[in-house]
This record gives sequence, structure tokens and C-alpha cells, in this order.
Amino acid sequence: MTALKQHAQAPERLRRPRPGPRRVRRDWRGWQFVGPFAFVFVFVFIAPLAYALWLSLFQNRLVGGNVFVGLENYRTALADPQFWDGALRVGLFLLVQVPVMLLLALIAALSIDSARLYASGLFRLVIFLPYAVPAVVAVLMWGFIYGNQFGLAADLNGLLGSDLITPFAPKWILASLGNIVTWEFVGYNMLIFYSALKTIPHELYEAAEIDGATRFQVVKAIKLPAARGAIVIATIFSIIGSFQLFNEPNVLNPLADNVITSYFTPNMYAYNLSFAGQQYNYSATIAIIMGLITAVIAYVVQLRGTRREDR
Amino acid sequence: MSTYRTINPRVRRPSSVAKPRKSIGLTIAMGLFLAYALVPLGWLAINATKTQPDLFSGSGLAFGDSFALWDNIVQTFAYNDGIFLRWLGNTLLYVVVGAGGATLLATLAGYGLAKYAVPGRKAYFAVVLGAIAVPGTALAVPTFLLFSQLGMTNTPWAIIVPSLISPFGLYLIWVYTLESVPKELLEAARMDGASELRIFLTISVKLLTPGIVTVALFAIVATWNNYFLPLIMLSDPDWYPLTVGLNQWSQQASGVAAEPIFNLVLTGSLLTIVPIVAIFIVLQRFWQSGLSAGSVKG
Amino acid sequence: MTNLKRRTILAGIPAALTTILAGIPAALTTGALAACGSSTEEAAAGKPADLDAALEKGGKLTYWTWTPSGEDQAKAFMDQYPNVEVEVVNAGTATDEYTALQNAVAAGSGAPDVAQIEYYALQQFSLSDSLVDLTQYGFADLEDQYTASTWGAVNLGGIYGLPQDSGPMVMLYNQAVFDEFGIEVPTTWDEYVAAAQALHAADPGKYLTNDAGDPGFAQPLMWQAGGHPYTVDGTDVKIDLQDEGTRRWADMWNQMLEPGLLAPISTWSDDWWKALSDGTVSSLIIGAWMPGILEGSVPDGAGDWRVAPVPSYDGSPATAENGGSAQSVLKQSKDPALAAAFLRWLNSSEESVDVFLGSGGFPSTTADLTSEEFLSVAPEYFGGQKINEVLVAASENVVPGFEYLPYQVYANSVFPDTVGTAYTELSDLNAGLTAWQETLVTYGESQGFKVN
Repeated sequence: MTALKQHAQAPERLRRPRPGPRRVRRDWRGWQFVGPFAFVFVFVFIAPLAYALWLSLFQNRLVGGNVFVGLENYRTALADPQFWDGALRVGLFLLVQVPVMLLLALIAALSIDSARLYASGLFRLVIFLPYAVPAVVAVLMWGFIYGNQFGLAADLNGLLGSDLITPFAPKWILASLGNIVTWEFVGYNMLIFYSALKTIPHELYEAAEIDGATRFQVVKAIKLPAARGAIVIATIFSIIGSFQLFNEPNVLNPLADNVITSYFTPNMYAYNLSFAGQQYNYSATIAIIMGLITAVIAYVVQLRGTRREDR
Repeated sequence: MSTYRTINPRVRRPSSVAKPRKSIGLTIAMGLFLAYALVPLGWLAINATKTQPDLFSGSGLAFGDSFALWDNIVQTFAYNDGIFLRWLGNTLLYVVVGAGGATLLATLAGYGLAKYAVPGRKAYFAVVLGAIAVPGTALAVPTFLLFSQLGMTNTPWAIIVPSLISPFGLYLIWVYTLESVPKELLEAARMDGASELRIFLTISVKLLTPGIVTVALFAIVATWNNYFLPLIMLSDPDWYPLTVGLNQWSQQASGVAAEPIFNLVLTGSLLTIVPIVAIFIVLQRFWQSGLSAGSVKG
Repeated sequence: MTNLKRRTILAGIPAALTTILAGIPAALTTGALAACGSSTEEAAAGKPADLDAALEKGGKLTYWTWTPSGEDQAKAFMDQYPNVEVEVVNAGTATDEYTALQNAVAAGSGAPDVAQIEYYALQQFSLSDSLVDLTQYGFADLEDQYTASTWGAVNLGGIYGLPQDSGPMVMLYNQAVFDEFGIEVPTTWDEYVAAAQALHAADPGKYLTNDAGDPGFAQPLMWQAGGHPYTVDGTDVKIDLQDEGTRRWADMWNQMLEPGLLAPISTWSDDWWKALSDGTVSSLIIGAWMPGILEGSVPDGAGDWRVAPVPSYDGSPATAENGGSAQSVLKQSKDPALAAAFLRWLNSSEESVDVFLGSGGFPSTTADLTSEEFLSVAPEYFGGQKINEVLVAASENVVPGFEYLPYQVYANSVFPDTVGTAYTELSDLNAGLTAWQETLVTYGESQGFKVN
């Protein structure tokens, strides 16, 4: 840590006595603040990323060793049905789970912000609580609950006299995961939305009241526009989160033998390729392609979000 | 913002928009939400009171024949020469150094980006956003190999150094600085001849406190809940954080030497959640105002 | 690893920072990530006399295991050889440990001196040149101490470990449930299938057994049916998951799977333990190590359970090994002679094996398997049945000659993608096995093996 601080202070000491055009001086002074983050960032993100890029150009074999193959791994990946199967699955997850979660979060935020709830502080805190639960613990809990022999699922089936509720069945597993992820993050998103709503000046509501606006109109004309920035950011973070889906299916895996395949999500595929299959090179390729796809989609969402704001 | 002018003036419902009354209906509807959030936690709390045999018999949502919460807690701390306490200590170490460092770095960088025309500022944020889009789990192997070259695997540094980066924290402080640190104040201080770092430490930090606490809290949660990275980096349980340790306990129920200790897994999970929840409740005021400013701008 | 552990926290970071410039290029040029490429220099050939000398000289060892008695065994060892310090580390159970081990091998450092490895994974680690061939230390002389099947599992063109335990498969069944529904103990698979039908018809909530699809279970069943799906000769691999024996198993198991006679509960899950506890699942085809676990973890079943041989296809006794581990010495060990000496004590000395047996383990050593004391054990939990007589008989009836793949850990990880589909759709296992074979052939070829 001390090394980092010295790194941060050195340029400043050198420059302080030197008079010069203020703009230029300030520019470089900014780096004493930005530098330490950048330094660690390069070390833990850029270096491994560069290393992954390097790895993706090779093929390594249990028998035969390491060979340079150029873009061969990328060609293989783009034609790999297992990769696309996983990518489509997270795509579907993204299209269904993210809107549901964000809508629920928005409804919760609006309700709490409406000041029409009794004990709204309690709601705010409790709905947020699951976010503080480690993903491992959350999945462990839901896994027990999902157990269709003895879990809550079994209790419900017993009550209904049916065996319809089978959270681990292949057709339900994605929904079951979606539920866990929603449970974990709905409160977090709710809080981001709620905070944005909180910044709306009260005078605006008073003015709206004078104009005779209904609650619904206030939501539509004042609250939602004010929360737009927060919605864009929450969407981007949710997209990244969905594409990187890993912990939940991975911890749930032992409870749902064979339903969660080794390529269930691209991230699991990359993980299994490298840790079970020792295909480090191909795994790095998958990671890079997935990263590119995610970045492009996140960028498009951000562009669309800001464009609407400019309008 | 002038959108309110478009509102239909014919509808008049005084005293409902600006000063609304409480609604029982809405409260009950939201109660469902509350139940959704609480049922799994309640399930955990109930089952943490059961002995191992009790867990295998009887329903998950009812108390068992025994009330063994205290016994379970004692056992959790005593199991395997008190390894749980060691994991708790490790977690605290990772949180204090990792989340503390993450907060410091994010605060400095976010502030720097907001208040100085740093060369390459746009590229900086684009690179940070782009980098977090790459699946971290898949970068784990390169990171692992890199760290092992440096002799960092199986040491606390393998966990702490990567947790020092909080892109969300950087973003939050950036926006928060734009909102709450007036340029004029900095200009005035500069006229008095204060150095940039001094200005930051004496003036800006105070104004940024709610934002910093918020970033710290999110960094604490991220570090406390960190699972994947320690799983890869550590093979010695003496350095495990709670999450990895608990998963190892849960794995003990399988295979040739199976020794199910689900009761300790559940009690341990409960004990893992309690401190982090407590921190959130205690610091509620800070993080809520911190987020308010953070999210107003997209 | 021990130096790293000792390094204080404060000393760590500056060291890391100073090595950073040297380290990054080094890391980048480690294109030879290859498991093969990264093995450290070949240990100088040792000789049997080195072991006693090493014990005399002493030193420090790290031992990775998830065996519950591991810690106690190490303590007993250190009492006997005070110059040696053994640090026992639970680096995860089974595949979790292999991940850590593979990472350490790939990184070229961080591996323990001695590690527990299940038989099925041993070939993978020996092939990647991570393990010390113990022949040089005269371990071949130990052969007659172990059962033929466990010795065969460690003797892979070199002796790459010593057997810790064995898991000849037996059938555990719940006598109370069998009595209630008038089920005779099946001795052939035909009878077993008939019993499963009768039980499930009488009470749809009850199943004779569970199987949600588990490669660690399916392969011993193929083995027991006389299947020999993998043939390995160095880097030449032959895969035939439709050979006569494998098909015999698949066709029989289809009769269980397709009509839904298998409880779709994953073995070792919370649901599974509950199902054993309340009689939902009333029999298990499982390794001989299970009775101790059942007694310890399913107290509700006390007095109800019994042990019998695995049903056979033609009436003559045959079984297979299910699970079981060896301990091996890693090439990264700084003191392989000392590690080998510890290993020899660990899995062949009476002191150590007694500790292991005391914790409920099932031995691989013939002396223990044939001792009068062991055979006469009659636990109340099993209604006073002399269960070890059944278990030991099983260990003598293991079908010889089964081999695993040199990339079995990977193979098991893709089982859900292929055979798993048959389990979730209750469809023909043979189709799944064919798909699995295709995946395994492709992978093997991509790794440079000559397959089929």
C-alpha cells in the first residue's frame, strides 16, 4: 500500500514549485488521484486480459505441447454449438429475468417513495436485505427450498395434491435460477431507483398538485424521467451480470444432476473448459468473445439511454 | 425539468400528490414483496435451530423436535479446532484491507476524473467498463497463473489485490463529486496556495463522506461475499474466507468419506449473514444519501 | 507453499511489487502451461534405502486429503517420527481438490508433497507427469499387501500411489421397507427390476433406488456388467461405450429409467439423505465404505438396514470398485524420499490403517480384510448382521481389468451434457452413451491422443 501512495505523491512533489499554464498543470495533477486505481487496474484486469488474448492464440495439448494457431480458436468458438447454446440461454435469461427484476424493483421503489406505505423504512431495508446474503448462501438456501422431495416445493405439491412444482426439472431450471437472481438483486436495484427518486425536489410535486396531476401522471411525467439515468445504469449492470451468470448455476449444480450442463452458460463453459478440461487456450477465447458481446450490448444500451435523455 | 406543465389541469385531487395519505391496500400488496424477501431467510433461521438428524426428518418450514441453535453455534465455532473463527478473521482481514483499499482508490480516482481534465479521461472510463464486461471467472486462469508467478497464490494478497478495484465505486464517486464539490470552493482554496492533495483531504473528503461510506459499504459486501476468486486462488483452508469454507463444509456431505454437517453449514450461513446485515442497518443513513446523489445522473 | 504461508502479510506486497517486472514476462512466456511442460526437473532416481534415511533426517511435508482420519493419522506419524512435521490440508473434496492440484501443476508451484487422489483420476495425473513413480523406492514389494483391484488401480505402468481404501460395490437395503411390501432380497438384476416395479406400484411415493445420473455410479455398473469401454495404451486410447458389457448394463438400467422407477434424487443431496431416512429410497448399490456413513448420518434407519451382494446378471457373484482413493507423491515435492516414506507408513503400517479403520473406513489391505476381528463385527445398526463378511466377499469378486480414461475428470464433467439427457428425458441410455463417446473422442483428439 505504501508503495502505491508513494507512486501517487511523487509526480506532485516534482511539479508543485513549477509555475506554468494552469490547464496543463491541472491535467497532469489529476493523475495523482487517478494513478493508483489505474495501476492496480492494469495489474488485475489489463494484464490478465492481455495474457488471455495471448493464450487465445495458442493450443496446448496433454500430449504434444504448445502450438501457435493464430485465430483458429476463434473460428472454432464461433462454430461451437455448445458455446452458442449457452450464449442463447443467457440471452433468454437476460430478456426475461432482467425486465422482470427491474420492473419489480421500480414498483417497489415507487411504492416506497410514494410515502403511502406504513413503515416504509422497514420495507426499504427488508427488501434490500437479500443483497447482503452471499450468493453461495443464497443458492444453498434456495436449493434446500426447491427440493421436490422434502423442500418447500414438496410441501406445496402435497398441498395441491399434484407434482407440478419441480424447480429442478429441465424446463423450469432457468426460471428457478431467475428467481434466485431476482431475489438477490431486486432490492439492490430498488435502492438505486429509490435514491434517484429521492433527489426530485419536493417543489415539483407541489407544482404538480397545483396543476391537479394524478399520482399516475406524476409517476409518468416526473418520477420516471428522473429515474431514467438510474434505470440505464441498472440495466447495464444487469446485462453484465446476466452474461456472467456463474455462481448460481454452479452451486446449484450438485442438486440438479444433469439438468445443468457443463456449457449451461458461457461462463460455466469457459470455467469447465479450463478447470475440468485443461483447455486454457480455448477457455480464454470463449471469455474474450463473451466479453466483446457483453461490451457491445452494454454500449448500445448506454447509447440509447443517453440519446433519449438528450432528446 | 419542466415536464410537469404538460399535466392535465382538469383533474383535481388535492392533498394526494405532495402530501399523500397512508394506504393500507398498498402496504398489504407490498407485504407480499416483504414475504418474498423474508421467506428464505426465515427458512434459514428456523433450520439453523435443528440438529443434523432433525434436518433429515420433518418439514423445512416448521421447527424440529429440538431447539439446538445455541448448540449449533457452539459446534460451528468448535468444529475442526475452531476453523470457523479463523475464516471469520480472514474475511475481516479481506474486508478491512480489500474493501478499505478499494474505497480509497475509487475515491481518489473518481474525484480525479471529476475535477481534473485528466488526459485520456474518456478512454479511462471506457476501458474500465469494457474490462468488467469480460467474464471474471474466465479471466481467473490467466490471473491465477500470473499471480502464481509472483508467488501470490495461497496468500491473502491473491484475494486482497483484485478486490481493490471497484468500478461501480469509481463511477459513484465521479458522479457524486460532480454533484457535491463546487468548483468555486476548490478555486478559492487554490488561491490560498493549498496543494491539490491538501485541498482534497481537508475540503473535498468532508463533502464526499456520504458517497465514500456508500462505496465502502458496497465494497464491504462485495468482499464479504467474494466466493469465486478465493476458490481459485487458495488451496489452504487456513486462508479461506467464510463463503468458501461454508461451501467446503457443504461438500463434506458427499463421496467416500461423507460426513454431512448440514446443521453447521446452515448455522454458519446464518452467522455469516448477521454481521453484514448489522453493518447495513447501522450505517443506513449514510448510504442512502450517498446513493441519492450517485444515481441522479446516468 | 510453506514459505509462502510463512511470509508475513506485510512482507508480501513489496515482494510482489519488486518481482512484478520480472514476473510478468516470465508468466507470458510460460506458454508451456502444459501439464507436461511445467513439471519440475526430474527427481534424481531414489532407492529404497533413501526412505529410512529421510525419516531419520526429518523435514516438513504437506499432505492434501479430505479423509476425516487424515489429521489423526498424521499425528500418530509425527509421534513415531518426531523429526518429521506433516501439515494436513483439506484442499477440497474430490474434484475441488483436483482443480487446485491441476492449478498448482500448471503454475509449477504450490502443490503438496502428498495428495489424496481417487482411483479414477489417478491415470490423468500420472499421464500429465505430475506424480512420482514409486517403483524406485521399492514399492513393488508392497503389492501382496493389497487387494488385486486396488493394486491394479495404482499400478499404471509405474506405481503412482498406494491404495488407501477400496469400495467394492454391495447392495444396502432397508429390511423394514422390504418386509412391509413383501419384497424378497433380489440376487439378480431381473429380480431387482421386478422388485422396483412391485414397490413403486404398491406405493408410488417409494422407490427401490435413486439415480439422477452420476458418472461415478454409472461406470462401476458398466464395470460390473463386464463392460470395458476404455482401453488405454500410452497415448493410444480406444473408447467403446457400446461394447457388450456396457450395453448389457444400459439395457438393464433402461428398464429402471424409462418407466420412472428410479427416484430422480441426486445422490448426496439433502433430499437424498432425507429419502434414506424416511424410506423413500429403500436400497443402494454402493461402495463398501457406505455402511459406516449410513450409520453415522442416518440414525433413523437404525436396525432397518442390511447388506447383500450386488445383484448379478447370471447368478455368479461379480462386482466393481466404486470410489476409493490412493495417496500419491507429487513431482513438485522438494523431498520425494521423505514424502514416499510418509506414504508408505500412511497406507501400509498397522498403526495408520487402524486409525483409518477406527473412523469407519473400508480397507484395501488384505491383512485387515481377512482378520478375524474385522470379519466378526456385527453392528446393531444392521440388525446384528456380520456385514464385513459380505463386504469382504465383495472385495474378492471385483471383475478384473477395468480401466479409466487418461482424461477421466473431464469425461465425468461432460457426462451431464450427453448421458445426462437420457436421465432427464427418461429415454434410452444407449443414445446418451453414444453421444458421450463422440464428445470424448473429439476431446481426446484435440488433446493429442490417438483415439479409436
